[in-house]
Amino acid sequence: MGTYSTNEFKNGLKLIIDGDPCNIVENEVVKPGKGQAFNRVRLKNLKTGRTWEKTFKSGESVEAADVVETDMEYLYTDGEFWYFMDSQTFDQIPASAEAVEDAKLFLKEQDSCVITLWNGAPLAVTPPNFVELEVTETDPGLKGDTAQGGTKPATLSTGAVVRVPLFIEQGEVLKIDTRTGEYVSRA
Amino acid sequence: MIESTGANPAHLSPSDVQKKLLMRASLLARIRQYFARQGVVEVETPLLNRYPVTDPQLENLQVSHPFARNKIDKWLYLNTSPEYAMKQLLSLGSGSIYQISKAFRQDQPGRLHSMEFTLLEWYRVDFDMQQLMDDVAALIHAIDPDQTRKRSVQKLCYRDAFIQYADIDPFTATAQQLEAHTREFIDIDFTDQPKDTWLDLLLTHRVEPRLGHETMTFIYDYPKSQAALAQLRQDDAGNTVAARFELYMNGIELANGYQELNDAEEQLARFEQDNVTRRAMGKTERAIDQDFITSLRSGLPDCSGVALGIDRLLLALNE
Repeated sequence: MGTYSTNEFKNGLKLIIDGDPCNIVENEVVKPGKGQAFNRVRLKNLKTGRTWEKTFKSGESVEAADVVETDMEYLYTDGEFWYFMDSQTFDQIPASAEAVEDAKLFLKEQDSCVITLWNGAPLAVTPPNFVELEVTETDPGLKGDTAQGGTKPATLSTGAVVRVPLFIEQGEVLKIDTRTGEYVSRA
Repeated sequence: MIESTGANPAHLSPSDVQKKLLMRASLLARIRQYFARQGVVEVETPLLNRYPVTDPQLENLQVSHPFARNKIDKWLYLNTSPEYAMKQLLSLGSGSIYQISKAFRQDQPGRLHSMEFTLLEWYRVDFDMQQLMDDVAALIHAIDPDQTRKRSVQKLCYRDAFIQYADIDPFTATAQQLEAHTREFIDIDFTDQPKDTWLDLLLTHRVEPRLGHETMTFIYDYPKSQAALAQLRQDDAGNTVAARFELYMNGIELANGYQELNDAEEQLARFEQDNVTRRAMGKTERAIDQDFITSLRSGLPDCSGVALGIDRLLLALNE
């Protein structure tokens, strides 16, 4: 297994800490005027989602996490797992609720997602930046009602609730930015 | 980022280039005015040196010597600071001197670190540590672009700073006690380190961030193990401490000063000890600068000296 020296630390580098894969969120070098330098690092545990601060002596080596990102097609969910398929090999893999997290609100069958794999198991799922989803429920818009800034909540087929303009009606398909969870336009 | 203070075109844009260059140039002009009024002479010493530094926590950048005659002078070492050369000028009888020069260190680049940076270093003959701290404060007041701002000056000895901000006495606590105390606050994997490593951790994580807010905070009287090139002295409680200080503004360390050690044999012994430490750390030993030792033997006048980071000072003054 490879290692990284603290000299190579930068945002986005993946390490193994206490057996879990972690992502460097922030790396700061601190050094007293004369004396030992340290890397003060903010880490995110990719299995649990916990972020915390940890300090390394500069020059130390830390085990590298063998993490790869790959495009896979979303198939379906049985409520417990979300299933994705490698479009080259047709291999299917299940992703847990911890891995899918908030992405599940924007997963549409046959959409291509980026799956972060660690030792072949999915750690995280990133949906496409834009997805098209159907409105399953929203109040009829009242003409001239701008009390809410001209928007109202709408529930989408995935269960996500987004704010939409008043003219949007049930059954319409909308374009949603998954990074912000915001309405973009009618599809 | 210290590189955004007007020293590096890669970190400037058309929208801020004039403002930042002017800010830096006028700061340097005011520094020169201050020292001219005080009768301190500007000097320029070599950046390329025959000897590296022995400090176990410092690594020189080095370049290969194009005209080397033998393996010994195969390398030339870029200054980590102009200290040794300036002290040689003092030993020759220069009187009080200052220098604005580039310094180079093998430091991992970051918000406050760069491999190349600008130091203002000066020496005052017949000044003790307290007088030099006052001089640093007077200089910063004199060159602050905002002359309506009057930062108060706070002086805190190292021991009191630890008791106040890290809740532990750095002089009486053992390495084991410091380690246990550190683990309560900081997530670390390493263990069984020398006492100074624990002190450095607590200083950087617990003490430094709280220093110099609305004030200039001087920390002085360092543990004798961290004396570097400072004289040792007795503090009021009878502890042997290093006559060394650092200045903090906005939680950032800006300057490091000493009441200068002028005992050549004691200095040589410390350099030799540095090499013992380097060996224990698995680092290469360094040739000791014999020219510097010889000049100390010829007699360095009583003096105090300080190095102040210009890039960091610009950051602190403009925050």
